[in-house]
Amino acid sequence: MKQFWKSMLRSPSGVIGLIILLFAIAVAVFGPMLFPNSPWRMVQRPFLPPFTLSTVPLGTDALGRDVFAGMIFGARVSLLVGLISTLVALIVGVPIGAMAGYFGGNVDDALMRFTEFFQTIPSFALAIVLVAILQPSIYSIVASIAVVSWPPVARLVRGEVLSLRTREYVQAAVVTGQSNTWIILREILPNALSPVIVLASLMVATAILLESSLSFLGLGDPNLISWGYMVGAGRTVIRQAWWITVFPGVAILISVLGLNLIGEGLNDALNPRLSREGR
Amino acid sequence: MPKRVLLGLLLACGLTASALAQEPKTGGVINAVIQPEPPGLMLAMIQNGPTQMVSGNIFEGLLRYSPKLEPQPELAESWSVSEDAKTYTFKLKKGVTWHDGKPFTAADVLFSIEMLRQTHARARNNLGQVDKVEAPDDDTVVFTLKQPFGPFLGIFEVGSMPMVPKHLYEGTDWKTNPYNNAPVGTGPFMFKEWQKGSFIRLVKNPNYHEKGKPYLDEIYWQIIPDAAARSVAYETGKVDVLPGGSVENFDVPRLSKLKDTCVTGAGWEFFSPLAWLWLNNRQGPLADKRVRQAIMYAIDRDFAKDAIWNGLGKVATGPSASTIRFYTDDVPKYPYDPAKAKALLKEAGYKGEKIRLLPLAYGETWQRWGEAVKQNLQDVGMNIETIATDVAGGNQKIGDWDYDIAFTYLYQYGDPALGVGRNYVSSAIAKGQIFNNVEGYSNPEIDKLFADGAVATPDSRRKEIYEKAQKILVDDVPVAWMLELQFPTITRCKVKNLITTGIGVNDGFKDAWLDK
Repeated sequence: MKQFWKSMLRSPSGVIGLIILLFAIAVAVFGPMLFPNSPWRMVQRPFLPPFTLSTVPLGTDALGRDVFAGMIFGARVSLLVGLISTLVALIVGVPIGAMAGYFGGNVDDALMRFTEFFQTIPSFALAIVLVAILQPSIYSIVASIAVVSWPPVARLVRGEVLSLRTREYVQAAVVTGQSNTWIILREILPNALSPVIVLASLMVATAILLESSLSFLGLGDPNLISWGYMVGAGRTVIRQAWWITVFPGVAILISVLGLNLIGEGLNDALNPRLSREGR
Repeated sequence: MPKRVLLGLLLACGLTASALAQEPKTGGVINAVIQPEPPGLMLAMIQNGPTQMVSGNIFEGLLRYSPKLEPQPELAESWSVSEDAKTYTFKLKKGVTWHDGKPFTAADVLFSIEMLRQTHARARNNLGQVDKVEAPDDDTVVFTLKQPFGPFLGIFEVGSMPMVPKHLYEGTDWKTNPYNNAPVGTGPFMFKEWQKGSFIRLVKNPNYHEKGKPYLDEIYWQIIPDAAARSVAYETGKVDVLPGGSVENFDVPRLSKLKDTCVTGAGWEFFSPLAWLWLNNRQGPLADKRVRQAIMYAIDRDFAKDAIWNGLGKVATGPSASTIRFYTDDVPKYPYDPAKAKALLKEAGYKGEKIRLLPLAYGETWQRWGEAVKQNLQDVGMNIETIATDVAGGNQKIGDWDYDIAFTYLYQYGDPALGVGRNYVSSAIAKGQIFNNVEGYSNPEIDKLFADGAVATPDSRRKEIYEKAQKILVDDVPVAWMLELQFPTITRCKVKNLITTGIGVNDGFKDAWLDK
């Protein structure tokens, strides 16, 4: 573990990514406590440009709502949706991939055809359809993002398991008569985890983008503010009021960038094949 | 006739005296936006907004209406009412022909009425008091009513009662008649072609019965599905006319500022769209009148007008729009007063029960409005949950009475007996419909007032009745009236006389001309 942090902190992109992520999390957790005003409240005249009033530093939107408050509350929704939907996708994808890779044969065939069934449908289109059918709410959004994001996890885990399956220590475990569950959980998965972690960090970024895209299209939870919603609502007035769209857009950009940098850092830190100093 | 045009100009366009002196010029092509693409053009069978807008050029009614909703001649040259107000005699204009050259006669009127009674729900309703229609000769039609019906002269506009050619429809299956796809009317423009998804083309009727009209050679109705693309089409000069509602509200100020651009809110007097919130009177906290009143006090309607509708329209005072006959503003007032709303909620014992709000899925403007109203209501302590849904889903929920608060806007058709009463009388409560009495308000006194008002004579008596009804309704708040909507029509200034009547763009472009 110590080794991991050491190499993680040695990669500059990982450090920058971590700083961005920690900052975003801090905003999401503590921001609403510091700025308790609802982001839906109409506080000032509409279309107030940014940096004119200290009470609404980033200006107001078409209804006179505080863009800054929207950014802070939006961080909560965007990060939460990103993390939870990734978690759900992992919970679905990892076991499916592990079982397919470990058991092989018919089980593999069945599970992979099932996975491909989801992969053949363009993921964003599927997400739109699911949210539209289930009615937009935070739950349906998380669910639909999870549904479209688990297949790559399953395929990745399957590949890893397939290669680990033939290693001596796994075969030794089989010979000593340990149960399949035990072997998968204790022998194979821990060793297959590194690429999954890297993938997961990128999936959080993708999920944030997906949620933003859905909200942008008006399929967000109407009771929660999110960055994508703000961009979508401000898009149509971008020629009159750039700030409504630009600030949340930048927030999306930076947090997605941060997560990608973390992914890169993780990749460096976890990949044993990359030569590191001191090895 | 010139006097009418003059009046129309003054009221509708607000043009300067110098413009009035201009002689109309003949020739030219107008490109207008039609949004959305109409499902068909046979006005007698389809009454969608876009159908009315295009087909108002092809078909005509017996009368049209000034911005003050006074009847004016169209296919009927003159009309008279008997002493007992039960017999209406219309003299038809002579020498009117259908687009295929056949003469238009009283027989066509009789046939149209017979057909509309089966195909046009509102016409059927409007004709409910008609006992019999007769044609003593080719140029005369006589309506005999069962009892006097005050708004009777208000039901002859083209969208409400279009004239249909008898010789093409009689004895055929109306639904499959080939002329539904290439409609034949008496109007100033004739149907030429329809490229689905692209444009509808109308050409000048050279034999139009008003000499010298129409001035334009052709009209292209351009079909552009995306709102932003419609704005761009205007900016780039592809279209010259943006009828009300065809671009999003927030684009209106920007487009209005463009060079050579004229904007008018006129031409909606007959329809007078009024926006309100359906309040489900049947169940939960909203069954309490005080909670409904609290909602009226809690919502900042001036803000909605200024911020969401760009200052267009008017804050509604009650069930009638101010352009409707017998409107009165002598009713209880509901200014924006959150403190009073809170007090009323407290008095009613509202405990934070969840209230579902259904915005109208008609685009950005309505979405923003839903958010603003939600915030207003939350500010006075109501627990509001917005239900996200599409148009069909929203209609389903409203029809099933599965809502607490829902946005809507409805046309009022000039007279309280035609467009207002239907939303409050208990006989108009029916599950599955999204118009009429959706809120479930039931008050025998109101039922009686609207029943009496429709048949009372003379007008002063009707006025008395409707004013009383308005007072009772405004105090009871069966629905929360928001705004009298105004859908501005944006045109290049070279397009003159586009809107001359209270029916606006839906009344055809017969007076319109291009100043080249």
